[in-house]
Formats: sequence, C-alpha cells, structure tokens
Amino acid sequence: MIVIAVLVAVSVVLVWRRDGISGVSEILLGDLALFGGILPRVLAGCLLGAFIAEILPHEKVARSLGPNSGLKGLLIGTAFGAILPGGPFTAYPVASALLTVGADFGATIAMVVSWTLIGYGRAVAWELPILGTDFTLWRLLISLPLPVLAGALGRFVYVRMYPKGDEP
Amino acid sequence: MSAALIIDIILWGSVAAVGLIALRRSPAVLTSSLREGALDFINIVPRVALGVIGSGFIAAVIPQEIITGWLGPDSGWLGVLTAVIAGAATPGGPVIGFSVGAVALKSGGGAPQVVAYVIAWALFAFQRLLLWEIPFMPARFVWFRAAVSLPFPFVAAAIAMAVGRP
Repeated sequence: MIVIAVLVAVSVVLVWRRDGISGVSEILLGDLALFGGILPRVLAGCLLGAFIAEILPHEKVARSLGPNSGLKGLLIGTAFGAILPGGPFTAYPVASALLTVGADFGATIAMVVSWTLIGYGRAVAWELPILGTDFTLWRLLISLPLPVLAGALGRFVYVRMYPKGDEP
Repeated sequence: MSAALIIDIILWGSVAAVGLIALRRSPAVLTSSLREGALDFINIVPRVALGVIGSGFIAAVIPQEIITGWLGPDSGWLGVLTAVIAGAATPGGPVIGFSVGAVALKSGGGAPQVVAYVIAWALFAFQRLLLWEIPFMPARFVWFRAAVSLPFPFVAAAIAMAVGRP
C-alpha cells in the first residue's frame, strides 16, 4: 500500500512538472469517472465472493477442487474461471473465497489463470476491438491448455515446497 | 446493447442468483453473507481508489513508445524475452495493454512476440498484482501464482511459432 502510494505521488509530481496542473486534473477526472463506474462492480464482486463462501458446501469443494481432485479439479477450476462474469473485482474475491472453503492452490491457480487468459469478458470488451478478431481468436486458442498446465505446475511445486501439507 | 452492460447484467444476475440460494437456505445466511460482503467492500474501496486513480498517473509517466520499442520488430527468443519483461512492466488497464500490443503488431513486431507480450501482461503485470490481486487475496498465493505462471508466455510463443499463427 505505502509503496504504491509513493509511486503514485511521484507520478503525480512528474505529470505536474511536465503538463502543469491541467494535465494532472485531466487524468484525475478521467480516473475518478472510471472509479465511479467500477465501484458498483466491486460491490457486486464482494457480495458474490461472500455468498459463494457461505453457500458452497465445504466438503464438496474440498473434494472436487482440493489437493486430491486431480485433473478433474483443474478442469473444473478452468471452466469456472472462463465463465466467471466481471473483472478483477469479481475474480479475486471469488478465488479468495474458493481458497477459504477448501480449494487447493492448483485448482485456484487454474481458475485465476483461466479467468485472465480465456475469460470472455475482457476478450470481448477490449481485445477484440483493439487487436482484431484474427489475433484474438488465435491467442485464445493458444491459451486454452495453459490454465490446466499452470494449475498442474502449481500443485507439483506446492507439494514439494510444503510436503507436510501446511495451511495455504 | 454494449458489452459492458451485458457484463453488468450477468454479474448482478449472478449475485441475485446466489443471494436467492442463500435466502432459501435461511434468512440468517443471507444477512450474514450480506454483512460479510459489505465489510469486504468497505475494506477494499480505499485500495481500489488508490489503484484506479493512481494508475492513470503511473501510465502517463511511462510512455508507450518505450514499451513498443522493447517489443520492436526483432524476432526470436530474445524478442520473446523482452516481450515478457515489457508485459510484466506495462502499467494501467486493459486498454493500455492491448493497445501497446496493437501498436507493436502494426509497427512490425512478430506475432509470437506480441502473443507472449499479451499473455505475460495478462498473467503478471506487476501493477495489477500489487493493486488488484494482493488486496483481495492472500499475498502468499499471489506470489506463488505469479511465479508458477512465469513459463507460460514462453510456452504460448512456442505454440504460436509452431502453428505459424496468428
């Protein structure tokens, strides 16, 4: 938090010295508008995370997404990340909720990576218009196996880093 | 209807759906998750404010030309490596990351390099790790996930080179 605050403060001063007060206020207004726009989505994400942590049966999650869930757990995590609506304000609270109700690092990594790489929200809203259909579709196709591979690698490393099964 | 609106509808629809499930379990479950979610929200808002309002300034200080310069028209694995580093260093939201990729494509950057750039940026853009992931998730998980993700932009570039697309 402090590091970021300092980073932001330095950036503000640099912008001010380069573009004057109008440059600062222009960026500030744009960012404030963006902030106001995403605030309701942040709330939705937090509520979604809280509900999911509350209503998902813990034993079931532990079985289907836990350390012994195998390839199936990684595939479920990947599918879940791909269909999850919303931006980072949804994905991270939900992933955090999954961790608390018994998913292991591997399945959660598969979910987060799947959300960043093959989640439709960002691809449709941003990548398609900016980078074009051809590039986006091939990029998605190439990315398809990556969440499962990342989850598998995560599990592989995790059991060797914490062989006694320490709390994640 | 815009894509953002559709996403909002799906998002709030999901919230309503899980809320209904909680309510059917019992009203107490509903109120306790509402309280939990609201507390998370109050905790997270200052960090999101700093992140969103700050990121515009950070992005304004790091000129996009520098990043595209790194991507450059150079090909091969050195190009992929610089693309991965550039992806991790790119600040700001999706518009900036994808725009830099688009500029790099137009200015002659190789497709595997741009794929590596976009994927590295999506997986572990440093600013997003700090501003978005750390506030919401256990820090230990975030660093672990970022470390485990390191090889995958290279894997993606290798696949792109092998299939000769995009």
